[in-house]
Amino acid sequence: MKDIEWAKINKDVLASLESPRPLFWVVIAVCFTLVLAGVAAEAYQYNYGLGTALMNRPHYWQLYISNFVFWIGMSHSGTLLSAILLLTKADWRKPIYRFAEAMTLFSILTAAIFPVIHLGRVWDMYWVLPYPNERTIWPNFRSPLLWDAAAITTYATSSALFLYVGMIPDLAICRDNAKGWRKKLYTAMSLGWMGRATEWVAFRKTYVLLACFLVPLAVSVHSIVASDFAMSMVPDWHITSFPPYFVAGALYSGCAAIITLFVMLRYLFRFEAYMTTEIMDKTVKLTFAIAMVWNFLNLGEYAAIWYSNDMFEKEVLIQKFIGPYAPVVWGMLLCATVAPFAMAFEKFRHNMWAMFWLSLVLQLGMWLERFQIVSPPLASNHMPWTWAVVWPGTIQMTLTVASFGWFTMLFLIFCKIFPSVSMYEVKEMVFHRRIASSRDEMEDISKIKDEVMQTEVGLK
Amino acid sequence: MALKRMLENWSRLRQHDYYADEPYMWGMSIDLNKCTGCGACVTACYAENNLPVVGKEHCGSGHSMHWMRIERFWTEPEDNPDVDIEEATDHPERGAHYLPMMCQQCNHAPCEPVCPVAATYHTPDALNAQVYNRCVGSRYCGNNCPFKVRYFNFFDFWNELPHPLEMQLNPDVTVRSKGIMEKCTFCVQRIRSAKDAAEDAGHHDHVEDGTLLTACQQSCPTQAIVFGNLKDEDSKVKRGWESHQVELEHFEQDKSEDVRGYRVFEELNVEPCVMYLDRVRDTEA
Repeated sequence: MKDIEWAKINKDVLASLESPRPLFWVVIAVCFTLVLAGVAAEAYQYNYGLGTALMNRPHYWQLYISNFVFWIGMSHSGTLLSAILLLTKADWRKPIYRFAEAMTLFSILTAAIFPVIHLGRVWDMYWVLPYPNERTIWPNFRSPLLWDAAAITTYATSSALFLYVGMIPDLAICRDNAKGWRKKLYTAMSLGWMGRATEWVAFRKTYVLLACFLVPLAVSVHSIVASDFAMSMVPDWHITSFPPYFVAGALYSGCAAIITLFVMLRYLFRFEAYMTTEIMDKTVKLTFAIAMVWNFLNLGEYAAIWYSNDMFEKEVLIQKFIGPYAPVVWGMLLCATVAPFAMAFEKFRHNMWAMFWLSLVLQLGMWLERFQIVSPPLASNHMPWTWAVVWPGTIQMTLTVASFGWFTMLFLIFCKIFPSVSMYEVKEMVFHRRIASSRDEMEDISKIKDEVMQTEVGLK
Repeated sequence: MALKRMLENWSRLRQHDYYADEPYMWGMSIDLNKCTGCGACVTACYAENNLPVVGKEHCGSGHSMHWMRIERFWTEPEDNPDVDIEEATDHPERGAHYLPMMCQQCNHAPCEPVCPVAATYHTPDALNAQVYNRCVGSRYCGNNCPFKVRYFNFFDFWNELPHPLEMQLNPDVTVRSKGIMEKCTFCVQRIRSAKDAAEDAGHHDHVEDGTLLTACQQSCPTQAIVFGNLKDEDSKVKRGWESHQVELEHFEQDKSEDVRGYRVFEELNVEPCVMYLDRVRDTEA
C-alpha cells in the first residue's frame, strides 16, 4: 500500500464518481423497484388500516419494530469504526470509514421510517414531539417511545454532521477536478476550503470533538431502543441486561454490514488497491470479538431468566426453544452463534467472496434475533387465554424487503456523488507507512554496516 | 407558561396518595360462583359502547373488539394431566371455568407511563381513561397490559354498517375510527350522568349506591357483577371487598381456604380495581 502515488489516489477515487462497473446500474434499478413496491404496500396499509399487515391482539408489534431495531443497530458500527477507532488511533480504518459513516446515516434514515409506518394514525405522528401549542398539551416524557424520537433525531443530525465535516477536504479535491453541476455542488459544500495550515488545525479539532460527542451518544441511543422493551413488563422484554445486549448486537450486525459493503464497493468501484486483505483481516477480527461479546450476553440472558425462576419469563424462554417460533430461534443461533467461528480461520478471513456470503449469514442471524426478541414474548404473554401465533404477512414482508432496497439505493447514490474512500486520510496512511518502511530500511542499512564492521574487526 | 404549568402538575402528581381525598374510586367485584358464562354482559357491552361486530373472518384473525370477554378455562383431569383438552371430545362440560375479563382499571396501570402522547391517564375517580382524540396508535399500551384487554381498531369497521343500523348507536359514546386504541371504560358515560344527576338532586360528591349500574352488571342474569364506589363505606362493593379481605396495596392476600377473594395477577403489583371471587366446586360429585 505504501507504493501508491498521491496523484493516483486522487485519480482512482475521482474515477469512482464517474465510471462504476455496469452491475452498479443493475443494482440501483433493482433497489428502486423494491422501493416502489414498498410505497405501494404502505399506501394500501394507510388506506385500509393496520389490520392488512396481519398484526393482531396480542401481536400489537411485529416486523416494523424488529426492523427498526435492526436498522438502528446497523448504524452503530459506522460510528464505532469512524469515531472510536479514530480516538484509539487505529489507522487501518482510514480507507473504509467514509462508507461506514454513510452507512450509519442511511441506516438511521431507513430505521426512522418504521416507527412512522407502524403508527395507527400516521397523520398525527408529530404529536410525539414536544412542540409548543396553544392547548399546552405535552407528550408523555415517561414513555420510552418519546425518548426514541429524541434519540433518533439527535443521532441522525450528529452523524450527518460528522460525515459532512470529515468530507470537507475531499470535497475540495473534487471541486478542483469537477465540471458542470458537480462543480457547483462541490464548491458550495467544500465551504471554500483552501488547505491552509490554520484550516487543518481547526478541522482536526472539530473532528475529534465530534467523535468524542458521538461515542457516548451512540451507546445511549441503542440503550434507549433497548428501553422500549426493558421498560415494559412483558415477560422476556423486562430484562435489565437488555441495553448492553442491544449495543453489542448492534455493533455485531453493523460490522457484518460493513464487511458486505466493503466487498461490494471494492468490486463495483474498483477499489482493490485501497480495500486490501490486510484491512479486511482487521475488520473481521473486530467483528469476531464483538460476536463473542454478543454471544456471552445472550447466554447470560438465558441463564438469568432460567435461574430467576420467574414463572412467566421461564415459560416464554421454553416456548422460544420448543414453541412455534423455535425455527427462528434455532436459525438465529446457527447464523449468529455457530457461523462466526468461521472467522477464526485466516484462510477464510482472506477470501473476499467467502466473507461476503458469511457477512450476509451473520446479518440474517441478527435479523432473526430482532424478530425473536419482539414476537415470541407477545405470543406467550401473561394471559394464557390470549396466546396466539402470528407470522408477518405480505405487507410487512414487502415493506421489509423495500427497506433493504431503500438503504442500498441511498447508499449507492451517495457513493456515486461523493468520494466513498477518504482521499486525504488514505494519503496520510500511505505517508505514515512510507516513513515506517524507510525507517526499517535505515535500520537494515545500519545493521549491514555493523556486520561489515564486525567482519572487518574479525579479519583483523 | 405551558412549561410552568407542566412542572406544577408534575410536582402535584408525584405526591403519594394524590387522589386520596377524592370522593370516588370506582371498583367492581365479580362472583365466579354465580357466573354461568352466558355472555349477556358481552352483548350488553357491545350495545352500550358502540363496539363493532367484526364478523367471522376478522374474529379469526384476532381483530375482534369485545371490551368484555368470557375467558374459558378447563380443569385438567386429575388422573391424566397429559390429555389434550381441545382434542378430548368426551370431556365433561362441567370442567369449564368462566372468567369475565375486562379492563381492570389498575391503580398502577402499566399502560399509562408508556404512551408517548399521554392518551391514557388516571382520572381522579380512579378510572384508567383512554382519550381517543389524542391516541396516535403506537400500541405500546396494548403490549404492556398483562390482561391484554386493550383493543386496537385495525380497520374502519363502521364503514360497512348498512343504512338504518347507525340509528341504534349510543349517542353518548364516540364511534371510534381506525388506528386508535380502546378499552372498557366502566361505562364512563353512565358514571358522568349519574354524578351530574346526584349533583342536581343536591347530593354533593355522593352517588347513591345501586343507582349507577354498568351495562354488564345490569344485564347479568345471576347478578354476579357488583359495581360501585370503593370510597363509600356502605356500598355493596366495598363491603364485598372487606368481607373477602381484599384491599389495595396488599398483593399477598393468600389467606385461609374459605376466603375466596382475589385480584388477577396481584403479584405483578398493578393494583387492579376488580375483585374476583373464586369458584367453589364439589370435585367429588
